Amino acid sequence: MKNGKSILLVGVGGQGILLASEVISQAAMIQGFDVKKSEIHGMSQRGGVVSSHVRYGEHIYSPLIGKASADVLLSFEKVESYRWIEYLRPGGEVITNTTEIVPPAVYAMGKEYPHDAIDRMHKQGVNVLAVDAASVAKGVGNVRAMNVVLLGVLSRKLSFPDETWQEALRARVPKRHLEVNLNAFKEGQRLAAS
Amino acid sequence: MSRLFLSGNEAIARGAWEAGVHVATAYPGTPSTEILEAVKQYKEIYCEWSVNEKVAVEVAQGASMAGARSLAAMKHVGVNVAMDPLSTFSYTGVHGGFVVVSADEPGMHSSQNEQDNRYLAKFMFIPLLEPSNSDEAKKMTILAFEISERFCTPVMLRTTTRVSHSKGLVEPGEREEREVKGFEHDWTKWVVIPANARKRRTVVLKRLKQLAQYSNECPLNYIEPGRGEDGRIGIITSSITYAYAKDVFPHASYLKLGFTNPLPFELIARFAKTVDQLLVLEELEPFMQEQLLAAGFKVLGKEVFPREGELLPDVLLNSLREAARKKVIKIASDHPILAEASRPIEPSEFDLPRPPTLCPGCPHRGPFYVLKKYKPITTGDIGCYTLGVLPPLSMMDSCICMGASIGNAMGASKALAGTDKTEPIVAVIGDSTFIHSGITGLVDVVYNRSNITVIIMDNAITAMTGGQQHPATGKTIRDERTTKLVLEDLCRSIGVRRVRVVDPYDLAAVDEAISEEIKADEPSVIITRRECALLRLHHGPKVVPYFVDQDRCIGCKKCLGIGCPAIVTVELDGSKTVKARIEETMCTGCSICAQVCPVSAISIEEEK
Repeated sequence: MKNGKSILLVGVGGQGILLASEVISQAAMIQGFDVKKSEIHGMSQRGGVVSSHVRYGEHIYSPLIGKASADVLLSFEKVESYRWIEYLRPGGEVITNTTEIVPPAVYAMGKEYPHDAIDRMHKQGVNVLAVDAASVAKGVGNVRAMNVVLLGVLSRKLSFPDETWQEALRARVPKRHLEVNLNAFKEGQRLAAS
Repeated sequence: MSRLFLSGNEAIARGAWEAGVHVATAYPGTPSTEILEAVKQYKEIYCEWSVNEKVAVEVAQGASMAGARSLAAMKHVGVNVAMDPLSTFSYTGVHGGFVVVSADEPGMHSSQNEQDNRYLAKFMFIPLLEPSNSDEAKKMTILAFEISERFCTPVMLRTTTRVSHSKGLVEPGEREEREVKGFEHDWTKWVVIPANARKRRTVVLKRLKQLAQYSNECPLNYIEPGRGEDGRIGIITSSITYAYAKDVFPHASYLKLGFTNPLPFELIARFAKTVDQLLVLEELEPFMQEQLLAAGFKVLGKEVFPREGELLPDVLLNSLREAARKKVIKIASDHPILAEASRPIEPSEFDLPRPPTLCPGCPHRGPFYVLKKYKPITTGDIGCYTLGVLPPLSMMDSCICMGASIGNAMGASKALAGTDKTEPIVAVIGDSTFIHSGITGLVDVVYNRSNITVIIMDNAITAMTGGQQHPATGKTIRDERTTKLVLEDLCRSIGVRRVRVVDPYDLAAVDEAISEEIKADEPSVIITRRECALLRLHHGPKVVPYFVDQDRCIGCKKCLGIGCPAIVTVELDGSKTVKARIEETMCTGCSICAQVCPVSAISIEEEK
């Protein structure tokens, strides 16, 4: 598939993952690709694990990404990147936010939160780009724009022109939040370059 | 018009609109809810959240009698509730076309069982259509109405979670406006007294034969010849597994089935002649495989692919690999399917479950916390509050189906009465679930003189499915005002004398109510009433978050016992005790943690 990609977005319910995958899908559509996207709603929204699969290319059958098949694993939370690591294809890339969301299981069930998740991935030889998207989002005026900061970082790994991303953001982000999000996107791109 | 990016559910709604549907009904249930949420935008369609799935089908049935095209949508277990009107609908046939959507859940992402509703279509002698993506979902919805009217039968359109919730590009069309034909006054058809029903049964069996012939000609069933050696393997499949298989095993020959009841046996025989071996690829039960074996076809299916859970691309690949290695299926030893990924990345090694939890500020938290003090037998029900079973609240003994909490509590109370094993018994049920099918259970409790306590956790919405209106919210699916069902009045009119309404954010009041009612020698109802925290965040007053005064906190972890995701622990420098901290952005200011803190360390005064 020419320039087709499979992108797996993961994180915790409430982090804006579904909007992010909508924007990627929209951008791919604008570029003329066939697109499929899949996620599980329902239970997962209550603070549970959320994953959204986006695939684009000339013709896409399966909306799901198999293990060892994701070109990019885009994670909104630190350990979630590590949880899903086997979905990354050899040679693929992890982009992860460094935000930690400690689940109640740590207190209720005495579990440990692996704070060194990024080091563990490095040790496995995985290509990881870790960014503090939450701080950058705060910097542009809204911590909730963290998802779009991450899209800015992701955009440097895909081959869509900037205008396509802007058009996709305009189509999917509510007008009153558009300016903050366009800035968040630019800051994300800058973050990827630095 | 350019192509639309729609989920399977949105595509079904679009298809219904294009097909000229006039009436659409549903009770919310994952993964079907978004069908009616999407129908809402089409003003030409009357739509409603029905009280339950049985009513949804009866309303759509009435619309069919009146000559309108109608659709009823539900999750797989919802079809159980609707089976009574549905199975006889097969006998009467339709006037206006009728389609029931059954959204099945292989994998049980948000369901209590994994039942395969294809069997229900066969059981009812009605046609079954199974789309594999959004574009097909729209086209099949339109065709389903044509089939319904051509063969005078209800039609089942069956999706799975992945079809319902995946998005893809859909070719939109225009609405074909259809005149409502008018009520069909034909008592020999619609009044199923035995004399009529016997005649209708003959009609049904004749129709089944016609449908079996149609299945062979139906454009939804077609052969895709494969390539090379792989093409000698023939895969018979439907639904989402077709999409997975085309990725995993692209060059095999396919018999892609969209119309799966009755099966197209002539087409299958033709396909079988073109290949060396036949594989049936279907999620859940061997629905097609059993029928093919019975018809004398030599096929493999459940010997190769699992019967439990989803046949995800990885599962499919591993199953095929294993079958090839064991020579159960014939694939060349150097086939790419047998090659593992080069240098695959090792799976992560850590054990940190992140199950769904009650949200910060959830009004269900307080009542469960208090129940834990008294530890009655607690029968539960279907909704967000089922999460009360998880630690640290861990306060639920059963959860079976919509409305079962009350009947289960009733039965346990009768069985234990007069034994030395009696315990207080509480049924916990949500507002929407109570209206769906808890009311009749409560009538039984009063009528048959039980003494259980029913707690109706009223958060003023159908919350688990994302926030749908119901009769006690006083608003319709389109947010229009309507007569509001008053739950306490309803319970009193049923004959419950002890009915009280409490604020679940007030732990002392909840404690008083529960401690008194579980001792009462007659049935009682406690309605804990507070708006869903997610709703409140959307349109309620500004949140004033709580803070932990770290100097006062003694590290007793009592606040962690309420299981609020906003409360975490911190190890402060110079202090050996682990102290509590509240995530400011997550706190909704419900104050439950402040009420359980023994040293008043939690307040809305920000620590300076």
